[in-house]
Amino acid sequence: MKQSLSDMPAHVLARAIRNGEYSAEEVLDAAINRIRAVEGRQPSLEQYELQPDDRDKVHAFITLTEERARKQAQKVDRKVAEGKDPGKLAGVPFSVKDIFCVQDTPSTAASRILANFSSPYTATPVQRLETAGGLNVGKVNLDEFTYGSSNESSAFQPPVGNPWDPSRVPGGSSGGSAASVAAGECALSLGTDTAGSIRQPAGFCGVVGMKPTYGRVSRYGLIAFASSLDCPGPVARDVTDAALMLEVIAGADRHDATAAVLDVPEYTAGLERGVKGKRIGLSDDYFMVKYPDPETGELVEQPIQPEIRERVLHAADRLADAGAEIVEQIPMPHTHYGIPVYFVISRVEAASNLHRYDGVKYGYRHPGQVEELAELYRKSRGEGFGLQPKLRILMGMYVSAAQYEKNYYQQALRARTLIRSDFDKIYDPEGEYRLDCLLTATTPTTAFEIGQVYGDSVLMQYADLLTVPANHAGIPGISVPAGFDSNGLPIGIQFLGHDFDEQTLLQTGRAFELATENEDWRQVKPAVLRGLS
Amino acid sequence: MTEYEAVIGLETHIQLNTNSKIFCSCKADSWDDPPNTNICPVCTGLPGVLPVLNRKVVEKAVLLAAAMHAEKIAPVSYMDRKNYFYPDLPKGYQISQYDRSVAKGGYLDVPMPDGEMRRVGIHKLHIEEDAGKTVRQRDCRWIDFNRCGVPLIEMVTEPDLRSADEAAQYLIRLRQLLRWIGVSEADMERGQLRCDGNVSIREKGTAVLNTKTEIKNVNSIENLRDAIAAEIERQIRTVEAGEEVKPWTLDWDDNTSTLRKMRSKETEADYRYFREPDLLPVVLDDSWREEILKDLPELPLERRQRFMDEYDLPQYDAEILTEDRSRSEYYEKTVEAFGGDPKAVSNWMMNDVLRMMREIGKGADELQLKPDFLASIIKAVVDKKITSNTGKKLLEKVEQSGRNPEEIIEEEGLAQVSDDSALRPVVETILAANPEQVDAYRNGKETLIGWFVGQVMRESRGKANPQLVKQILEEMLNSE
Repeated sequence: MKQSLSDMPAHVLARAIRNGEYSAEEVLDAAINRIRAVEGRQPSLEQYELQPDDRDKVHAFITLTEERARKQAQKVDRKVAEGKDPGKLAGVPFSVKDIFCVQDTPSTAASRILANFSSPYTATPVQRLETAGGLNVGKVNLDEFTYGSSNESSAFQPPVGNPWDPSRVPGGSSGGSAASVAAGECALSLGTDTAGSIRQPAGFCGVVGMKPTYGRVSRYGLIAFASSLDCPGPVARDVTDAALMLEVIAGADRHDATAAVLDVPEYTAGLERGVKGKRIGLSDDYFMVKYPDPETGELVEQPIQPEIRERVLHAADRLADAGAEIVEQIPMPHTHYGIPVYFVISRVEAASNLHRYDGVKYGYRHPGQVEELAELYRKSRGEGFGLQPKLRILMGMYVSAAQYEKNYYQQALRARTLIRSDFDKIYDPEGEYRLDCLLTATTPTTAFEIGQVYGDSVLMQYADLLTVPANHAGIPGISVPAGFDSNGLPIGIQFLGHDFDEQTLLQTGRAFELATENEDWRQVKPAVLRGLS
Repeated sequence: MTEYEAVIGLETHIQLNTNSKIFCSCKADSWDDPPNTNICPVCTGLPGVLPVLNRKVVEKAVLLAAAMHAEKIAPVSYMDRKNYFYPDLPKGYQISQYDRSVAKGGYLDVPMPDGEMRRVGIHKLHIEEDAGKTVRQRDCRWIDFNRCGVPLIEMVTEPDLRSADEAAQYLIRLRQLLRWIGVSEADMERGQLRCDGNVSIREKGTAVLNTKTEIKNVNSIENLRDAIAAEIERQIRTVEAGEEVKPWTLDWDDNTSTLRKMRSKETEADYRYFREPDLLPVVLDDSWREEILKDLPELPLERRQRFMDEYDLPQYDAEILTEDRSRSEYYEKTVEAFGGDPKAVSNWMMNDVLRMMREIGKGADELQLKPDFLASIIKAVVDKKITSNTGKKLLEKVEQSGRNPEEIIEEEGLAQVSDDSALRPVVETILAANPEQVDAYRNGKETLIGWFVGQVMRESRGKANPQLVKQILEEMLNSE
């Protein structure tokens, strides 16, 4: 009984709690039990030494906030008892990627430089989840400052393990989000997506992850990576839950000038609309990885993992059966610029966004005596930042330097508009393709082993090739589980849509769920859950 | 002997008098507050915070640009990040405007003491946020973030000024204008108007721009005048000695009235300007622009000229009456209510009313002595209903009580007695009571007439018409 509470979808839980079938405290207890069963030892800043248990456990959480969650649960239960509305997410346990500030909790960005920072305020999306009755069980691990695609670069080790095979990465940077949801430690998680950081780990961990349109969800309280690319978004086990969570967190915010002042549709209504008459595109440009050879500079093409391609085509067939019109050979010619453009633009913004971590006001300050100001900065930042932030800063400073910025930053901004134009063309209602959405793989490979790719920055980056174009273009994207490869590792498929048309993506994802609900692969459980009573 | 001329440009930072800071809702002015009591997550650059632009800041910038006759007020302008490290800059970047600022070009016409009008060109006007304050004490740097995020306008002139006096005049006129249009209190002693001077010299008659030095940390117009004058002399001495003027940054110490070379305080870094991604472009559409500019009043010098033309006032009067906007409006309302000679109103204002205002520390818009009331008093004196002395005393009485002067005149019986038949008996009484003085007068001490008038005035408790009294006295004293 306790086990199944942890595996229930959020929308089922919330309804049950509002009806008095379960209490929020019961649900919380189940979540805590699940966490204890699968987490393993708590990550720390200590020098990392592999321990035998590590590769069997999830280690999703940096900080558990059981007290906070319990108070929230008691409040929900009181409201139910008093006949008051306890909220859309009443009693639903959720985790928060530790890149969001939550009042009076450590908000670390998975970095030494903020390890001791307790925030005096709460990020808007988190506030909305809590106001809707959600139970905030804790802050989950991520790549340091969200710089990475594997969760290996966190200052808090051991790294998060993929619940399907904890010797493998969960993906990143929202690795803790995807893993905690996949392992049933919570029903929902708030992640962020800057180049695919929600969708890619969702793909690796067999859960649903959505990057809303840029500006759909407020960024206030999100420790910034790339201000023009960052998107907070939902991670959930099914599409309905993602829709419900998006309803709660989306919308204008007077603390965020870039949050769209647009009504939030009721995403959960009309989810079962289906895909009849929808035009869904397939592009060859998204079945390969195209990158410049590090030696020759020539563009090299490599197909994505064949099993992944197969799952995408299978999905297309199922959707065609459900009434969609599949349009093939959609040209997306500027796709391969996505990563280089991202390298430049995100680093410029990141380097600037990291300026504030100077040891003066909060966070880590070099404890010893210093002779001059520059030394304080150098030592505090040198000791506080891990390798990835340093790499971003160096690159960001370089490509925005006065003598280089014309060739790099300015050029990247222009190329970004070309990436956007690919989408404008395929979505143009008067154009040749008139697509409602594009169907692609989420990642070129399934989850790799911990330690296998890390250190090869360029190859690690190209893991985001299929997801990053949506960040450049601002459009929404969703990854839904679509099966497994021969190693039993999850495969995700991605739908990319029109600006502020999350509705179509959710409906299409739901239609795919319904069309495949009886497929065998949906019965398989993550490795960490097998053998739990 | 080479003749040199100075080439001076001024860079001013103007603190706007909005209620809130530029990107958050902390209050804009906290000069008197204890350190770090007027802060919030946004203005202290906490992780995860975002700026939201205060619209009033844009409005005041546009108003100022229009008042400075800007060549172009941008329909779309952009905020940019200026990246550098300093402890009182919490985000490690300042949000400012780089290449697409609110306005470009413009000028301020500055009347010089010699009567000449000098047109000072404006290069650029942009919006930015202020940084905090650093205080060095007990071997530590103490940082106060109260001032972070205070809205500033930076305005840079062309190098059109030619002397320390001209620079001072520019600041005086700028301060007057800022207060006039209501964008800043511009009090230099409270940091609401800051000015750095760029100074170079060249041979008179040439058009070259030589190496300039920058003078910073001057906290009053007088100090700026002194500092610039000192720097011009120093540069001349340097050049005459055959040496080069170096591009130093100089600090003015007003205790010793000397210039000191400053250590450069920021890393001489590349600021890596780029568009601020957390803010939208500032779009000034026609309707917003019209709404802002409908509040643009007649400017100080325009009004000064109009007072000279319309009211036939000398420049001296017009200058004083238009020193600030509320005073000029007060004057005009009084003239309108009075209906008589505007010069009479001017005289009253420039002497007694201004003196009273200074004594009680009130501005023209704070007086209980409203323009109508002043007009009444002046009228009563001009009509000889009361004496001029009574009138002057009435100013204070009305100011203190807020009551209509006509009421007070009535109640206290202050009306001047000009009735011959009422005055004669009083005069007779005085003459009868002072036979010695009468004799002295008749024997040639004619200056005693003043004393007699004084006695009659005293006897009549100031209400007698002094001219008439004098007439009657002379008549009586000169007859036998």
